[in-house]
Amino acid sequence: MRRGALILAIVISACGAGPAAAERLVASLSNENVAITSNFVGENLVLFGAIQPDAGKTALRPAYDLVVTVTGPRQTLRTRRKQRVLGIWVNVDSREFVRVPSYLVILSNRPVAQIAQPDTLRRLQIGLANFLLPQHIGPDIADTVGDDPFRLAFVRLQIQQRRYAEIGSAVTFLTPAVFRAGIPLPADVPTGNYTVDVKLFADGAMVARTNLALTVTKAGFEQYVADAARDNGLLFGFVTMLMALLTGWIASVVFKRD
Amino acid sequence: MQIYLPIADMSVNIFLVLGMGLAVGYISGMFGIGGGFLMTPLLIFIGITPAVAVASVASHIAASSFSGAINYWNRRALDLALALMLLAAGILGTATGVWLFTTLRALDQLDLMIGLSYVTLLTIVGAIMIYESLRAIGRARKGMPATLRRPGSHTWLHGLPFKLRFKRSKIYVSAIPVWAIGFIIGFVGAIMGIGGGFLLVPMLIYFLRVPTATVIGTSMVLTLITMASATVMHAATNHLVDAVLALILMVGGVVGAQFGARTGQKMRGERLRLLLGLLVFAVGLRFAYELVVQPDDLYSIRYVRIE
Repeated sequence: MRRGALILAIVISACGAGPAAAERLVASLSNENVAITSNFVGENLVLFGAIQPDAGKTALRPAYDLVVTVTGPRQTLRTRRKQRVLGIWVNVDSREFVRVPSYLVILSNRPVAQIAQPDTLRRLQIGLANFLLPQHIGPDIADTVGDDPFRLAFVRLQIQQRRYAEIGSAVTFLTPAVFRAGIPLPADVPTGNYTVDVKLFADGAMVARTNLALTVTKAGFEQYVADAARDNGLLFGFVTMLMALLTGWIASVVFKRD
Repeated sequence: MQIYLPIADMSVNIFLVLGMGLAVGYISGMFGIGGGFLMTPLLIFIGITPAVAVASVASHIAASSFSGAINYWNRRALDLALALMLLAAGILGTATGVWLFTTLRALDQLDLMIGLSYVTLLTIVGAIMIYESLRAIGRARKGMPATLRRPGSHTWLHGLPFKLRFKRSKIYVSAIPVWAIGFIIGFVGAIMGIGGGFLLVPMLIYFLRVPTATVIGTSMVLTLITMASATVMHAATNHLVDAVLALILMVGGVVGAQFGARTGQKMRGERLRLLLGLLVFAVGLRFAYELVVQPDDLYSIRYVRIE
């Protein structure tokens, strides 16, 4: 993807342009365009990066923390709660989570709670507990308190499906200024555009930030089948039906011989 | 060996899916049923979304029943006239079923309704089949011919007008119960996402007295036509038919169905009905268990849309 590559041409944004912004963050993905082919069983992407002193400043701080937030294409999902009614379990209540990431993985070199103060984490949406997951609440769309039972259940179920994760040991500092992080993409990873948001912390404050783009697309035969099913539904249905009849006919011919 | 399914958007073990197709195909060939009520829950169990499972199973059933129908056609064990008569009313039943399906989904209680219909239908039909076939086996043990008593032979069903003669099945019945059965099968099939063969076979035997010799082949023709059109409709409207998944299921299914049909023809009719009754009843209990026992997780996520 040309656009992906363009964005990958390392967007550097020195956030929080205060006196603390004295570092630059340079990062790159091992593969910025993941192609899903027929033998795709998931992939582990590697994010490499380095911390560089900003122009005019020579020394780096002794210790940094790094948080990588990977978000997938947005989806709207409904979380339902069952309750026993007349002896059987029935969905009685549900909440709609509006435009939430289909994939959300937060990677850091140590648990995010140790990296910064709770209010900083909340402001920067760091960690699954702090990431904005808006719900339909009456006529409004808003995120709820962190211990809302529907929000907790939603995050828990997404973790079980390997769609959401918070891994406090996934970022490794190879030297004090060079880091590496592993991004696990499961076999049923949603297709679409992803954002990789890299934030650098020092002494509990964010000192640098950069964004990378990542695309997950179907390739080859998989792409062809998916396109055909979407664009020419009726024809696709007839071809599938003929395939079924042919398979059935071949079987009856083959088995007639013996 | 893993293979990625382009519409289901996930990768599955090809041999697992092939094996599932083989096993369900064997059962479907043996009893002359589509096997949708077994295959759809199996696919959902391995993680395929219910919508894709229902849509893809339709083409798998079409392949299995076509292969089976050819087999029965060659053995002259198929009543085409009866199948077409059932189909005429079946189309109307399907349309009514699709309408109710849409209405229930709008009320957000579709899952419950599907669960309840599975439980009610499968346990009742299963229990009746077990009871009837056990009695038939008992009679056969006592040395009485199985066809000696035909209870219901002279019920009000036979007093109805518009009588039709189906030569291949050697029956002379009113068109009204034939259409009623066709309508019910089409209706239930649309609601539950199944071909309805497991319902059709006992209904044809008990209400229309269709002989066991032609009942399975006839049911297969009906299943073939409904499932082939369901494949096209699902693909055209929802774009949810996974052709790769369907092909793997089909290949396993048709091979299984061939062996199943042979086993089925060798078995005595009442034994076959007892086995099918036990199977249907067991699946019904499985659904009942799910409704009654507290689920592991009270919460579940339903996909609404991509933004």
